Formats: sequence, C-alpha cells, structure tokens
Amino acid sequence: MSQVVENIKPCYPLFRDADYQESLKNKQALFEERHPQAKIDEVFEWTTTLEYQELNFAREALTVNPAKACQPLGAVLCALGFEKTLPYVHGSQGCVAYFRTYFNRHFKEPIACVSDSMTEDAAVFGGQKNMFDGLENAKALYKPDMIAVSTTCMAEVIGDDLNAFINNAKKAGHIEQEFPTPFAHTPSFVGSHVTGWDNMFEGIARFFTLNEMEGKTPGSNGKLNFVPGFETYLGNYRVIKRMMKEMGVDATMLSDPEEVLDTPADGSFRMYAGGTTQEQVKDAPNAINTLLLQPWQLEKTKKYVETTWNHSIPKLNIPMGLEWTDEFLMKVSELTGKDIPESIAKERGRLVDMMTDSHTWLHGKKFALYGDPDFVMGMTKFLLELGAEPIHILSNNANKRWGKAVQKMLDDSPYGANCKVYVGNDLWHLRSLCFTNKPDFLIGNSYGKYIQRDTLHKGKAFEVPLIRLGFPIFDRHHLHRMTTMGYEGAMYILTTLVNAVLERLDDETRGMGTTDYNYDLVR
Amino acid sequence: MALRQCAIYGKGGIGKSTTTQNLVAALAEAGNKVMIVGCDPKADSTRLILHSKAQTTVMHLAAEAGSVEDLELEDVLQVGYGNVKCVESGGPEPGVGCAGRGVITAINFLEEEGAYDEDLDFVFYDVLGDVVCGGFAMPIRENKAQEIYIVCSGEMMAMYAANNIAKGIVKYANSGGVRLAGLICNSRNTDREDELIMALAAKLGTTMIHFVPRDNVVQHAEIRRMTVIEYDPKAKQADEYRMLAKKVYENRNFVIPTPIEMEELEDLLMEFGILEQEDESIVGKKADELPVAATA
Repeated sequence: MSQVVENIKPCYPLFRDADYQESLKNKQALFEERHPQAKIDEVFEWTTTLEYQELNFAREALTVNPAKACQPLGAVLCALGFEKTLPYVHGSQGCVAYFRTYFNRHFKEPIACVSDSMTEDAAVFGGQKNMFDGLENAKALYKPDMIAVSTTCMAEVIGDDLNAFINNAKKAGHIEQEFPTPFAHTPSFVGSHVTGWDNMFEGIARFFTLNEMEGKTPGSNGKLNFVPGFETYLGNYRVIKRMMKEMGVDATMLSDPEEVLDTPADGSFRMYAGGTTQEQVKDAPNAINTLLLQPWQLEKTKKYVETTWNHSIPKLNIPMGLEWTDEFLMKVSELTGKDIPESIAKERGRLVDMMTDSHTWLHGKKFALYGDPDFVMGMTKFLLELGAEPIHILSNNANKRWGKAVQKMLDDSPYGANCKVYVGNDLWHLRSLCFTNKPDFLIGNSYGKYIQRDTLHKGKAFEVPLIRLGFPIFDRHHLHRMTTMGYEGAMYILTTLVNAVLERLDDETRGMGTTDYNYDLVR
Repeated sequence: MALRQCAIYGKGGIGKSTTTQNLVAALAEAGNKVMIVGCDPKADSTRLILHSKAQTTVMHLAAEAGSVEDLELEDVLQVGYGNVKCVESGGPEPGVGCAGRGVITAINFLEEEGAYDEDLDFVFYDVLGDVVCGGFAMPIRENKAQEIYIVCSGEMMAMYAANNIAKGIVKYANSGGVRLAGLICNSRNTDREDELIMALAAKLGTTMIHFVPRDNVVQHAEIRRMTVIEYDPKAKQADEYRMLAKKVYENRNFVIPTPIEMEELEDLLMEFGILEQEDESIVGKKADELPVAATA
C-alpha cells in the first residue's frame, strides 16, 4: 500500500494498483450504501434527456457551477495593476485565501493580497479596529505606495463604512494622512468579479482625480487612456501597448498587471513589479479620450470618466476578431490623428490569410461557448467571421441588454440562425444543452472539462471536447500569457480552434484499418 | 438651493414617522421638493403622504423580481401629497435575516438609479428606533444625510435613546460631515417638558429646535392616513408643523454633539423630578426583608 522510493507513482497510476482497487471496492461495498450500478446508469441517462433539461431550466433556487466569481476577486486584480499597490480586503481571512489561490492556480505566480481577518467580535462590534491594525501592519510589513481596499460579504452585511474607517485610521495616526488609500465596497452577493473590477477602478480614479480636476483639460497631454476591465490574458495588455507603440500613440494602460503576474525566476522575489503609476492616474483626465476595452463590464467607470473627466467615451466593442479590431484601430486613428502603420496593416493581412487557409475546417462547425460578457461577445463575433456556428451562448454574469445585443449579432449573420443566448444560467444548464443539442466543441474555462467527461460517459459519439479559452484556466499551463485581442489575439484563437478541430479528427480517424482512410498526413 | 439630506432618529414609538411626514408635508406646502426614504422594516414612513396602508418596499419588490438589479426606479418610487416622493426600504419579518443590509441595499439602489435628482431640495430618512447596527447608520455615511434631527419627549427612555443616538453621530461626525442639527420635542405632556429637553439639548451642544405640543387632531388625521397639514390645514397643530418646517429650513446650527454620561443624564432627570433619588439601602432587598416603615 505504500510508495517505494525507487518507484514513486503519481496519483493516476498509483490508484490503479491492485491493492488500491481492492480497497476502493471494499469501501464502496461496505460503507457507501451505493445504489446498484443499473440505477446509477438509469439516472445518468435521465439527466441527458430533454425531459430533464426542462426540469433543469425550471430550477429556481439553486446554482450549479455558476461560471463566475465574486466582486472582491475583481477588485484585487484591478489593484494589482497599479504600481507598488497592495490589495487589501476588509473582511474575513478565508475569502482572501480564496482570491490568492484562485489567481495562483491561473497565473502560477504568488499573489500579494492581505486581509484584516475579521472574526466573531469584529462582526459584532464592527471592523474598525481590524482596519486600524490592518492598515498599519500591512504598510509597515509590505511597504506599498498605495493600499487599495475592498470588502468581503461579512463587512458588507454588517454595514462597515470604509470611508469613515479609513479616515479614522488616518486621524488616529495609524497611517499618514496623505497615504493613498482608494477603496470600493464590493459585496460578493451582488454582481460578479467583473463588477468588482469596475467598482475598484472607479474607487481609484475617484481617489486620485475627484478633487483634483482643477486645471485639467481633456486632450492637453495628447495621450489616450485604455481601461482593460477584468482581463487575465496578459498578452492582451502587451498587444494593446505594442499596437499603440507602432502607431506612435502615447497610451496609458489604466491598471496594468502584466509585469507583476509574470515575474521572472532570476533569484529575486518581486512583491511589486510594473503597473500603472499614481502620476499616470492623476494625469489621465488630461488624455484625449478613454477607451474601454470591455465596455459591458465597465458601467460605473464609464459614468465616472464621462462626468468627472469629461471624456466622451466612444462606443466600441471589445477589440476581438477582425472587424472589431479594425473599428478599434480606426477609432484610435481618428482620435489621435495617427495613421495605422504598414506593420499593423500587414499583420491584419496575415490574419485574413490564416482565416482563408483554415476556413474549410471551421465552416459550419458548431460551438457552445460561455464566460464573461465581453469575452463571449467578442468570441461570438469572431466565430461568425470564421463561418463557424455558435449554437449555445451562455453568460451567467451578463445582463438582459447584453443578451439582446448578442441576439442582434446572431440575427445579422447566416451563421447565427441556429443559436440561442442564455443570460444568468449556469454550467449545469449548459450540460443539459450539450446533451440535447450537441455542439462539435465547447469553448470556455477549465470548469468545462466536467461537461466533456459527462458527455463522453454517454458514449464517444456524444463527447463534446473542451477548448480552453477564458478564465480561469487551472489545468493547462501558461495559457494566461496568450493574447485574445487584436489581430494577434485572433491569430491565437484561430490557431487554437482549427487545431482542436484537427486533433479531434485525428482522434476519430486513428482506427487501424477502420477509420484511418481519413487519418491524413496533410490537413 | 443645494440638496439637503436630513435623517430623523429617535426612540421607537416616539412619533418619528408622524413628525417627519407632517414636517415634510409642511415643507412641500411651502414649495419645496422633498423625498422621504423610510429606513425601517415596518415600512410606515410614507403612509400619511400616500394615504396607503404601507407602501410596497424596495426589498419586497426585489425579492419578487429576483434581485435588486431587476428593479426600475419607477417600481419603487411613489408620489404623494405635495409631490413628495416616497420610498420604503423595507426588510425582513421580525426575527430573520438582516434589516440593516436592507437599508444599505435600498439606498445604494436609489443612488445608482438616480433618485437623488438635482431638482430635490430635501431628502428625509426616517430611521428605525435606534442606530442598532452599521446598516441603520447608512443614512449618515459620507455624502448622505448631513443633518440629524432627534425626536424625543420628556420621558426617561426617550432621552436615554437621544443621548445614545448622539454617541452614534459622534462616531461618524469625527470622520465626515454629519452633524447633529437639533432635538424635536414631541410632547407627551409631562411636567416642565420643554425646559427639560432644552436642558438636555444644551448638554448635547445643540438646541431644541421646536416643541410640538400634543393635539388630538394628529390622531384624527392619522386614522384617515393623512398629515394634519393636508387633513385640516387651518388647525393650530398644522401651524406648529409649519413652524417646525420653517425652523428646519432656516436651521444652520449643525454641531458635533457632546453626549453625556449616564450619571449626568440621571442627575438631569432628578433635577426635573422625573427620577427619584436612589435609595441604595433598598437595592436587592425582597419585600419581606424591607423595614415595615418603607412598605407602609
């Protein structure tokens, strides 16, 4: 039963050894009070039927695998994007451990984030004392230049007032009066991680600019602001900056965590690296304009930037796929007067070439996809451009207006005719849909792998393979470094999609003497 | 005029809702645009303005619709006498859930949906008995109510509650702009009531902004679900509320209160004969242990 040093087996082969198999059988027979296998199979089959799907969609009080996370997670990511900024969550410790591990697992990086560990007494008396000690200790220990405060449910339910607590902490001398402490209330039971990002960004913008608007004029610094929203593809920060550089546009990325979430292993630990500076935030109102890379999730930011900075934010979509990247670059060109350079035109040409090279394989392929509202919308747009057919589109944390906008896109394309949009539904709903109306592939985060397993369990012919695009991706390495925006991002998505199609075809045609008549060397 | 946001606090049953609605009616009659936000799960802060039993609350509607995000402003906002806008935050049944969070949710909703429009002159928050938790302090957070009025009467518990509320205000006043704006005495016809409340006000560093005498016409109006201002505009009591409204309108005396210790409050009550001098010798003694003279 034990491992031998000369032959240490990892989990999968180890538990296939006879002694473990024996042990498992005993456990099932003697302790689990299992239903007979026939009954289990019967129930499984029933969960794949249309009848079950109807019951599933009538579900009211329960969410199974929601395909979203909570507000403070977004607030933490937003804060990580600012120079020497420590995300600080006012509330219970376990929540913050969750945020750290969630990002650890996705980025494979340490995440600096503190909590002020509210416990029973703080729930009764309010968390002001935790805030006093927490701010003082966090600043002394981790020496940040800014502490960005958000909240967990606990602090929200008891009604802790961040503004008052932080001011009181400063008055009582726990931290200096002038130390930057932007904050945002981020109750987890409202919205999702994208709402939390939006709230935290507004808090930071408010802190540095609300009372500093005197003498600030849109356009006076000649720069262009970009607000990414909850963005976990580090390549997206890089591609926007690269394209702007090639255009000669002086760009400010407002929240830029690509350094701190991708630090090198060279012997020195960096708790802070890169990021948007405080000076850049203070100067942001002077920019020509502000572009929101993920407009559906930045409503509060939009309102603040429009009313306080007096920027008239242009209506743009997430720059994904061909047409929306075109629109994005042309808008940048229009706002700044800078031409789109040959290098980018060439890059576009390469993408078009790739799309034509692969279109025969993607044409008419059916996809189910889910994720955050802007990503799913951009993905839908690009699928339609490729001639692929989305059939189930699902976003738990989008709103009804988003649902209508996606439907409009589908109506405008011949490839959208057989598709339905689901807002506020979860992955258990999507599981039903994948059984009753089978797509060729599923696009989403790592959690989709359970749908692949379940559909395979019904039989190889029912299997819906998962293509990993989205957040979080815990079970594949380094995909967070990829790019999904711009022409470069479209190339990555296209490569991923077409190769998934080809892998699958190889998989199905590998049968010696049965299906290998189509097991071709050249695809 | 810039929007003034006022919160009314006071011991439960003291007449906060009645006083608030009559005050608001008087302000509206004088041409002000006013909104009342009821911050009490009982939801009885707007019934006299709306002539209704109880307005359907934000939290009730949210529970029906699934979530607050599914609500529109017009679902929760009703307009009553004198174009007064009315909202009730609502909350759970007694004994379950979290009423404080209901207040936070409702006020956030109103802010996000733009209920605080630029035309408004006044917003009044009518808040449950005492500041029992963080949720009920929501109306006095930064950028919300700056003026707090405490309704009280010349009874010991009402004054005790007023002093406690003053303590709550100090917490928030130190970090922000919220100030105590005065005591409103809603008379219970106790002896030297006006002097007593004036003395308490002085100790708290504020003033008794108005003494509202007791008058049955208030009850007559109330059973018709109306304010006195609307039910009988010529009544003497209506003028009292108009006077209160005028004083509130002109009030500029906003202070950080100086709440007093329990002993000091007891001394004050003794001075006015409301509390007898304590006889330490009888504390903890059963009836049969007491000397005959004391029971006789």
